[in-house]
Amino acid sequence: MTSRAAQQAIVVRGLRKSFGDKVVLDGIDLDVAQGSVFSLLGANGAGKTTTVKILSTLVAAGGGRAEVAGHDVATDPDAVRAAIGVTGQFSAVDNLLTGEENLRLMADLNHLSTKDGRRVVAELLERFGLTEAARKPASTYSGGMRRRLDLAMTLVGDPRVIFLDEPTTGLDPRSRRGMWQIVRDLVAGGVTIFLTTQYLDEADELADRIAVLEGGRLVAEGTPEELKRRIPGGHVRLQFAEPGDVRTAQRILGGDAHADGDALALRVPNDGSLRSLKALLDRLDDESIAVDGLSVHTPDLDDVFLALTGDSGLEKVTNR
Amino acid sequence: MTTAVASHPLRDSTTMVRRNLKRMLRYPSMTVPLIAMPVLLLLLFVYVFGGTLGAGLGGASGGRAEYVNYVVPAILVITVSTVVQGTAISVAMDMTEGIVARFRTMSIARVSVLTGHVIGSLIQALLSLAVVTGVALLIGFEPRGSVGDWFALVGVLAAVTFALIWFTVAIGQASQSVEAASNLPMPLMFLPFLGSGFVPTDSMPDGVRWFAEHQPFTPIMESIRALLMDRPLGNDLWIALAWCAGIALVGYVWAKRLYNRTA
Ligand SMILES: Nc1ncnc2c1ncn2[C@@H]1O[C@H](COP(=O)(O)OP(=O)(O)OP(=O)(O)O)[C@@H](O)[C@H]1O
Ligand SMILES: [Mg+2]
Repeated sequence: MTSRAAQQAIVVRGLRKSFGDKVVLDGIDLDVAQGSVFSLLGANGAGKTTTVKILSTLVAAGGGRAEVAGHDVATDPDAVRAAIGVTGQFSAVDNLLTGEENLRLMADLNHLSTKDGRRVVAELLERFGLTEAARKPASTYSGGMRRRLDLAMTLVGDPRVIFLDEPTTGLDPRSRRGMWQIVRDLVAGGVTIFLTTQYLDEADELADRIAVLEGGRLVAEGTPEELKRRIPGGHVRLQFAEPGDVRTAQRILGGDAHADGDALALRVPNDGSLRSLKALLDRLDDESIAVDGLSVHTPDLDDVFLALTGDSGLEKVTNR
Repeated sequence: MTTAVASHPLRDSTTMVRRNLKRMLRYPSMTVPLIAMPVLLLLLFVYVFGGTLGAGLGGASGGRAEYVNYVVPAILVITVSTVVQGTAISVAMDMTEGIVARFRTMSIARVSVLTGHVIGSLIQALLSLAVVTGVALLIGFEPRGSVGDWFALVGVLAAVTFALIWFTVAIGQASQSVEAASNLPMPLMFLPFLGSGFVPTDSMPDGVRWFAEHQPFTPIMESIRALLMDRPLGNDLWIALAWCAGIALVGYVWAKRLYNRTA
């Protein structure tokens, strides 16, 4: 047990959780290597937050086993708490205190000496761009500032495993990128990150491994590249100027080609490699068909997500 | 196998008390009414009802002067009830605000979040009690207890406050919302009226009187009255302390259980 825990920051086996008769997690297995970023994807209500709550000792599992930083969350929660930092989905700052006071509170609760506490607080305020607002009550902060303060508070204790539940939801593009950079810096320092998100580009950008949660189970798990490869979806979109050209092209390309959107476009399955593109264009050229425009579509995680989470998932995502 | 993680209950509790006191200062719109309310009740009962009620007491001087001395114990108990209502509200606010979820995922002495509220409220209650007593003295309250009685009085008031605070710390956690938390402790405001706080119980009809004589606030108020006015204590003090111990224990166990629950 300890030897595996030496390389794995998080080990989960057969994790279950129900609320009443609603099954939220129905047997989940996970391994997260130390110093890596693991991203849990899922539609609204898939159980991402529930998973984070179980792993961070907030909620008891209904079954199965989970180890974080080598300690069992059920039997040894205090040791887990000593190793982790959590930035939950909903802000966990004290609104009546100032940003600085919030951080000081964390320094005191992490039992830093007054001197170390001052230094760490000043550093974090600086790093998260909160120095100017340090003396203002957190209730006056914007959503992005609050989120940054939230994460800064998590970092005061220098945790080795960090849980981030939808850390960039509601942030503007610049703040999102800032948050991504912070995550990269943390990982460079050897920290393990367990991240949940609904943004596939975020998982693509940050994660070493991704798992997709759907219907209480992990329906896919792997590197972003592995997941993308699992989804056939690469195609070329051809745009024509004349309806006649569309008909000819459809005849020579056979059943592979489908009308796409308007009447002057075709969608042809293609892996997007130079060779297969050239072959396709040569065939069209042989018949002297004029191609007005061409775009290559390689599968991205959106395709993976939509393919794996089914109609219900799609609906929930678009409703948000 | 559990790994020993150094625990610092005292240090963590001190940190939490500081946090709660800071919050009280930051949020005077909640703290000030908690002191104003019992002061207003005192003035109302002394200046509006006091003349008539005091005459009914049949003491030597009669009237308003007599009634101040009679009603102060009830007002002191109501002061405590008001403060603990604030405790329930601030605990409920805390629970809904997410910061407590953060505390729960941190390696800090578990009980410190609750002791922070308890000791913070205790300090607030003692301040409120001092203010109310000061106002009472200004409007003619004439206590007759010895110095020893005053020490005993502070002890009794601290015990009552401590018990009710633990009880409302539990209520604050049990309530689903801040509104519910502000309403649930209401009975604590009314119980002094249904006891010997404002009029002697022997003026009440049988059923009410039976209730008044057996509910916890009556022996508490009688003890305070005896200590303030240098009257014989009888068994009231022991009954009052027993109630306090019981309420504190139930509140403590309930509050801890609620805090440690993992749905
Ligand atoms: N305390 C609770 N009591 C009852 N049901 C709950 C509780 N917590 C979560 N649930 C239910 O469990 C399911 C999973 O919730 P969870 O918050 O884990 O989803 P999520 O993946 O984090 O969703 P989102 O993307 O919206 O944050 C939901 O259907 C939710 O209603
Ligand atoms: Mg969630």
